[in-house]
Amino acid sequence: MPNTSFSPSIESRPTYAGLVPQGAAPSIMIADAEGAEAILDLVDRDAAVLDQAHLIYIPKGAQFGSKLAELGAKGYHEEASLDAAMTLINRLLGAAHMGTQLYLAGSEGMMGRISALALSLGLPLDAIQMEHRGSIGRPMQCVHCKGVTQDVTTDPFTCSHCGLTLFVRDHFSRRLGVFQAVCVDAETPGVIPETQEITA
Amino acid sequence: MSKQMTLEVTEVEPLTALVTRFRFEHPEKAPLPIFSGGAHVVVEMPDGEMLRCNAYSLISDPNDASGYEIAVRREDAGRGGSRYMHSEVTPGSKMRISVPTNLFALDPRARKHVLIAGGIGITPFLSHLHQLDLLQQPFELHYAARSRDEAAGLKLLPKSARIHAHISEEGNRMDLGEILTGQPIGTHVYVCGPEGLISAVLDAAARHGWPKGALHFEAFASPPPGKPFTVTLAKSGRMIEVSASQSLLEALEAAEVEIDWSCRGGACGRCETKVAACDGQIEHNDHWLSRDERAEQKKIMPCMSRFTGDALVLDL
Repeated sequence: MPNTSFSPSIESRPTYAGLVPQGAAPSIMIADAEGAEAILDLVDRDAAVLDQAHLIYIPKGAQFGSKLAELGAKGYHEEASLDAAMTLINRLLGAAHMGTQLYLAGSEGMMGRISALALSLGLPLDAIQMEHRGSIGRPMQCVHCKGVTQDVTTDPFTCSHCGLTLFVRDHFSRRLGVFQAVCVDAETPGVIPETQEITA
Repeated sequence: MSKQMTLEVTEVEPLTALVTRFRFEHPEKAPLPIFSGGAHVVVEMPDGEMLRCNAYSLISDPNDASGYEIAVRREDAGRGGSRYMHSEVTPGSKMRISVPTNLFALDPRARKHVLIAGGIGITPFLSHLHQLDLLQQPFELHYAARSRDEAAGLKLLPKSARIHAHISEEGNRMDLGEILTGQPIGTHVYVCGPEGLISAVLDAAARHGWPKGALHFEAFASPPPGKPFTVTLAKSGRMIEVSASQSLLEALEAAEVEIDWSCRGGACGRCETKVAACDGQIEHNDHWLSRDERAEQKKIMPCMSRFTGDALVLDL
């Protein structure tokens, strides 16, 4: 499965150009689930990217861990969840210098959260390389209660925080790294459109 | 075109043999619009038949509404604007000055600012320093000049461990590789000075893996003189002569052709003009058009660029 190409939408909706090797520069690579395949492809094109790379992998049930571990990155770290990985990611990013390359591959939830963190540290958007692989589940923020529901695959969906039925929008907040979801039946309580699977 | 004010020159202070500081205040001491670090004003100079408009960075405190200050380097090989400032302007002179515009602002998202100045390119950083002090943000300033005589900024810079002067005559050249290595994440670089310095910084930054979005530059450009040439206006068929020491924009203005502008230094893009036909070579001196756009010769920036060849027809 190559980099997911999303159908044209509003400008706010992120698209992901795909990872391009930047040689042996120091780097932080973060992948979840099928994002591992983007890292494998990247290394396939130029193995030098591993020379000074910290590779962090969150399997989410996928079976690529051993393959990534064998690549021989300068540091390989497998974590049970993104939350569990955040301590390490914060430490690596916080200590990084300008010129450190950031490669993100996998879900929009992970890439949104890490890119928002990197932007808040003052990195410009063009310094963040991203490639989407695997589930097209989206991180959705309820604009009413502000809670974020991860890996949303249907429209509408139920807010996991306040229970409202929410409409999935393409409006994305780079600052927060999440899409915005709004109450679908605010004006006609109880009138809820049929649930559909979201598509790329 | 920006709104303009008539201000009075209140101070003229030579900083070095080549560089002079000018202070402008409102004739009735009314407060002037405050600005942001890196902003410039366009100063009108009625020089004989010609009206020159040169852009100069403001060097005073952006939050000080009592006056504006600029520092002007005398360019003897230039077109005459800086010579006019040095020879004709005295305390009491009244001059027309635009409200400030900023094409070289600090990026508020940066966590640290590395400022690199070459020669007279120190000027925008003098106002940046006031703003950085107010915001209490981390920065370092590297100021390169050939000699102390060229380093007019030394007189205006505070003493600080974060401010480094590199005087090449004294064997203390600036090492860009060292400056660009080991900077913490979120650092942005700003460079102002001669073309050679700007391209050296951009090249070194690319080699060290810096993202383009963290690099900011302002070329210290005034339109270069050149050979006279003629342009034709497509809509009226008028032919307009551009003299050796005049820019195309100034020639169009002198002929009362309406054209929008802001920076007059090839950076802002406001005066971009479509070329209807071009039989010859446009000398692109701007920083606005891309390499492909330059090669196509379908657009020209009249504030900076000139032409050699048989015919240039503008879509005006």
